[in-house]
Amino acid sequence: MAEPKKTQLNALHRELGGKMVEFAGYDMPVQYPSGVLREHLHTRAACGLFDVSHMGQGAILGAGAAAAFEALVPGAIQELKPGQTRYTLLLNDKGGIRDDLMVTRPAGDTDFSALLVVVNAGCKDADFAHIAAGLGPRFAVERYEDRALLALQGPLASAVLARHCPEAAAMKFMTVARLKVMGLDCTLWRSGYTGEDGFEISVPGEAAEGFARRLLAEPEVLPIGLGARDSLRLEAGLCLYGHDLDETTTPVEAALTWAIGKRRKMERNFPGADIVMGQLFDGAPRKRVGIVPLEKAPAREGTEIRSEAGETIGIVTSGGFGPTVNGPIAMGYVPPAFADDGTPLLLVVRGQARPARVAPMPFAPHRYFRG
Amino acid sequence: MTVYYTDQHEWLSVEGGIATVGITRHAAEQLGDVVFVELPAAGRALAAKGEAAVVESVKAASDVYAPVSGEVVESNDAVAAEPAKVNEDPEGAGWFFRMKLADEGELKGLMDKAAYDAFVEANG
Repeated sequence: MAEPKKTQLNALHRELGGKMVEFAGYDMPVQYPSGVLREHLHTRAACGLFDVSHMGQGAILGAGAAAAFEALVPGAIQELKPGQTRYTLLLNDKGGIRDDLMVTRPAGDTDFSALLVVVNAGCKDADFAHIAAGLGPRFAVERYEDRALLALQGPLASAVLARHCPEAAAMKFMTVARLKVMGLDCTLWRSGYTGEDGFEISVPGEAAEGFARRLLAEPEVLPIGLGARDSLRLEAGLCLYGHDLDETTTPVEAALTWAIGKRRKMERNFPGADIVMGQLFDGAPRKRVGIVPLEKAPAREGTEIRSEAGETIGIVTSGGFGPTVNGPIAMGYVPPAFADDGTPLLLVVRGQARPARVAPMPFAPHRYFRG
Repeated sequence: MTVYYTDQHEWLSVEGGIATVGITRHAAEQLGDVVFVELPAAGRALAAKGEAAVVESVKAASDVYAPVSGEVVESNDAVAAEPAKVNEDPEGAGWFFRMKLADEGELKGLMDKAAYDAFVEANG
């Protein structure tokens, strides 16, 4: 097996006592000495710094980039205003999800000659190849592997970052800006994957360690590993690609129909549109739902879901303990007849069917800054 | 009272044919914050090396095996109610269950503290 790759912050993670694991081909910290529970709660109460440099940063360059990119995704990309960012999905011909990603129209863009994209680490080589092939030779697809990506998340993230970049505090959720932070040329998004207010910051790779050290020197900031990143996003009801989403899952099944643009629904010209629109009108065979176990035992990924009558109806795709909820939470797929909030279910944990119910997501309220 | 250790990172403190069982400090540190334990009910018969309990951190679930054979006489309700006790005092208040030994001869295969510490050292 190939040696795992390292982000620009690898030495810093080790110095901070990070417990390193392989994730998506990268050597990454799953937790630091404070532990997953404290890291999770600290992010919700104050501010956490995450290294997400393993993710794929890139750009699509060429006149008409937004219209062209719409051939690959169901999002209304041409409706993006300059400086706006959006969550969207790369779909295959059957409407299955190849990856989920963030797409951004740069603040200074007047003619859709550029889009920024950030894709999942585990999919990035395939994604960029797919995007380049799908767009054809009129567009250049660039990758920014020399840049690090840091997420600063939590209710105090804005106050902390404002000390290094006063303009950041005025940014609204799902917008982007190019700003100097600590004298460095950075791209900042007011976004993240924890359900909290916060920023994702693209930093020149060679300066990333010094940048991270200065943020960590702020009294409110703790380094946060992948363990808490996972429990935070689960509480926020957000999907993890490869677990809650895959090539066999459509946006309708995944309860991501909000990511299908209104105009795109009429045009029906995104990959797998016939299948996806058919499911939208006639119903899909299964739907992603939030699930709360009624006993204390967490139900992990792969747990069988049964109806109250004892019939196998689905599977848990993410599950564990939610530190903010202070109890077990999960998400999984069930037929639409079992998808209403409050529907009783059984979860088979260690051979024993245990009571649960369908519950609305997010499990912990989103607290984004919308201005 | 004699304390024994297993290569599965459990400890057992034996007195008068009854063993109190828990996981070692090393095991608790490796697991991280314990958020859930599932303990065997009194009266359950346990086979040596068979599954006896489950301990879960935020990240994952791990089995706890019976170090020796016997019958459960009591489980620790306090640790079921407050799993953080496993991290706070793994070899004391964080005990899991008490069992009546079926065969004290089975204790012979277990380690003492010095042997266990060396085992942890060697297995890093």
